[in-house]
Amino acid sequence: MRRSKTLVALLSLSFILSACSSSDSESGSNSDAQAQEGALAAYDASKAGGTLRLVAKGAAGTLDPQINYTLQFWQLYQAAYDGLLSFRKVDGPKSFEVVPDLAEALPELSDGGKTLTFTLRKGIMFSDGREVTVNDVKASFERIFKVSSPTAGGFYNGIIGADKCLATPATCSLDEGIIVDEATNQIVMKLTAADATIKYKLALPHAVVLPADAPSKDAGTTPIPGTGAYAFASYDPNNELKMVRNTHFTEWNREAQPAGYPDEIIYSFGLTAEAQVNAIKNDQADWMLDPIPADRLSELGTENADQINVHTLTAMWYLPMNNNIAPFNNVKARQAVNYALDRNAMVKIFGGEQLATPACTFLPPGFPGHVDFCQYTKGASTDAPAAQWAEPDLEKAKALVKESGTFGQKVGIVVSDDDVNKQMGEYIQSVLNQIGYKATLKPISSNIQFTYIQNTNNKVQISLSQWYQDFPAAMDFLYILLGCESFTPGSDSSINMAGYCNKDINARMIAAMELSVTDEAAADKEWGAIDQAIMDEAPVAVAFTPKQVDFLSKRVKNYNFSKQFYMLVSQLQVK
Amino acid sequence: MTDREPASLNSSESPGRIAVATLAHDRRTWISSILLLIIFSITLAAPLYATYVSKTDPFISSINGTTIINGEEVSVLQQSTEGLGIGVNPIGPTWKFGPYMLGADNQGRDVAARLLYGGGNTLLIGFSAGFLTLIVGTLLGIIAGYSGRFIDSFISRILDVIWAFPVYLLSISLSVVLLTSGFKWGPISLESGSLYLPIVIIGLVYVPYVARPIRGQVIALREREFVKAAVGSGAKNRDIIFREILPNVIPSVLVFIPLMVALSMLTESALSFLSIGVQPPDASWGTIIKDGLGLLYTRPLVALMPGLFIVATAVSLNLMGDAVRDALDPKARLRGAF
Repeated sequence: MRRSKTLVALLSLSFILSACSSSDSESGSNSDAQAQEGALAAYDASKAGGTLRLVAKGAAGTLDPQINYTLQFWQLYQAAYDGLLSFRKVDGPKSFEVVPDLAEALPELSDGGKTLTFTLRKGIMFSDGREVTVNDVKASFERIFKVSSPTAGGFYNGIIGADKCLATPATCSLDEGIIVDEATNQIVMKLTAADATIKYKLALPHAVVLPADAPSKDAGTTPIPGTGAYAFASYDPNNELKMVRNTHFTEWNREAQPAGYPDEIIYSFGLTAEAQVNAIKNDQADWMLDPIPADRLSELGTENADQINVHTLTAMWYLPMNNNIAPFNNVKARQAVNYALDRNAMVKIFGGEQLATPACTFLPPGFPGHVDFCQYTKGASTDAPAAQWAEPDLEKAKALVKESGTFGQKVGIVVSDDDVNKQMGEYIQSVLNQIGYKATLKPISSNIQFTYIQNTNNKVQISLSQWYQDFPAAMDFLYILLGCESFTPGSDSSINMAGYCNKDINARMIAAMELSVTDEAAADKEWGAIDQAIMDEAPVAVAFTPKQVDFLSKRVKNYNFSKQFYMLVSQLQVK
Repeated sequence: MTDREPASLNSSESPGRIAVATLAHDRRTWISSILLLIIFSITLAAPLYATYVSKTDPFISSINGTTIINGEEVSVLQQSTEGLGIGVNPIGPTWKFGPYMLGADNQGRDVAARLLYGGGNTLLIGFSAGFLTLIVGTLLGIIAGYSGRFIDSFISRILDVIWAFPVYLLSISLSVVLLTSGFKWGPISLESGSLYLPIVIIGLVYVPYVARPIRGQVIALREREFVKAAVGSGAKNRDIIFREILPNVIPSVLVFIPLMVALSMLTESALSFLSIGVQPPDASWGTIIKDGLGLLYTRPLVALMPGLFIVATAVSLNLMGDAVRDALDPKARLRGAF
């Protein structure tokens, strides 16, 4: 997904089979001493209480957990809603692992992986006091389609009957795909084909279980009861969001839904990033969502070092180049950009080497399938790649531009209009001008840039974008962002912004997804090879892997960082 | 008023000579002229400064660049080494006549060199847009005021429509639209990053501010005896306009010049600050302030210096405008126009 504070619709993909694996990427450089990586400490009732105060520039749109597609609210849903499965709520790499949540255990697979059987836990209550039933589970899966969840077509279309639901959402029925038995509390999910990533998809917020009578439309600002440790009490997107303890909650699986510490969580909106920093420094807030302004980083890193937590993300900043229009329909022009791009410069703009790492591969370091290689650094080539990116090669880039016959052509760079993106854009413009293009910078509102650069009608030549994983599987990067099925000309939901479609490589990606069902290790190896084959053709230029910086007030303790959903809000102690 | 009215003036001299003599004895004229001369000179010297003093290209990012300070090679953008080592800061001012005298911006470019180039663009746009406003406004004002009837109504309504929009709202709207797609009309084509776009936009949005008072003045002149005498003697309209009307309007136009240039310059800076004026890598004082906004805590000079230049130039132009007005139009008839 793109890490955005605005609602972003993903593409409708025909998912086939996909690869999956847990990650072993490193954790933060300054994580809280109290947090023990890989496990949550036992609940300490003496630390419970108080009000946790979060601040952000703006709200993230609808509160509906099956529609909202932003990290800002997904982070909160972890403490408010549960699905049959959940990502393990712990600090560190184990947070990529899936554990049973409302289900008693991980699903039993049968029929070659096409049938999943769950047993729903008994005695779990919604925050309105009603007990969760198997009918709620079935209704919740149907609601994904009824409310046209942004991932309905991409993540859940493998359930039998989903195709009809996608065609006629209002009358969606999954009678054939989700079979429930009230007597045994059993849920049988039938898929059209085995899917190695289904466990991840079922652990995402769009697959949470809601009451069967939840509205069949976007609930907007009205909270829907959930089963988590907290319940949403009120939401005013122009003012604040309030969460209170779910009085009907009792802990059933600490790894899936741990009891929380604060009595209340209040998320205030409307403060600029500068004001957020000041609020935390003055103990008027406990955590800020927005990136710390560049001119405050050094100060905070020095004066408030013990309040800063830095963690590497499985994400990337990259430059999709339109493979179908000049000048980047020429592979040499695309390779020239890759050679010219000084990743260190972009890292500096982002905040320095402690906050980002130069990258060359499409799969981020520590991600399943990642292999170290770089064709586009000084002294390397597609035939003899280096292990890591070291420095740009402007001379080679200039030569490639001339060879490509695109020298002197006009290039428009589309970036978001926030400070960091614009600075990056200015740098890219400078690089393109240096290698022989006439580049112009087109900063457009962050609210529309992501969809604007997807639509081929806008004839975007090159842009700057980011991608944050939905779940830890190589296909979530390579197939989603560069698969032929992800390219829909003329659509705002054409996530393959480069318009790259190599049929041979696409077939290899589909084969790798099929292979992952039976042999994850072999599939991951193949994904690494596919990554290199794709980057030989340079449909994009990968710039760097970002890190997450969490700035907390002095009073906050027990910081835990999940690699899947970032800081575990409910585990912060403010008493 | 003794400092503004020379004792040697006598009533037999022409109004023009009296005005020049008054201006020459006005302290405001001298102060503003000297300030403007200094500002123009240093902005014109931008290429020389970049080549021989800063020795950098102020339009190319130099994020990994280095410079020599006190015999040591240092990075232009310096990684913080204290505490967690997060954050990167551009080097501050060296205060020496050489590279990075005023420090670097967040792209590692020499602030002083960009300040001079930026000043050139700001002044170019300010003067060009100001004169465009004066030419178009004067022309429309005279045509409308002298022609009367349908032509006057037609022009006045167009001016009313433009006047109805707040200046900044109109310029922002036009800039946003034209910056996205550029401007194409018949053989006229302006690219989205062209400096001509802000000139045309700013030049046009201020037209009613000149045209309307000029029109009013022309309507009054039309009823004066010397104009009626010219009409009665069978003079052609063109001759009446150029020989009778225009010479009487010119003093008002002269009063407008510094004021419109200052207004245009301020508008350009505002638009560039909002990223819809001068486009990168070009600079203007407004874009440099915008660049400095993200560095206020660590390098406040990046935003402060262009701000000071804008204030100095605007104050100088306004002082000059006041002096010209007092010299040409002691009764300040047009003061109410703003």
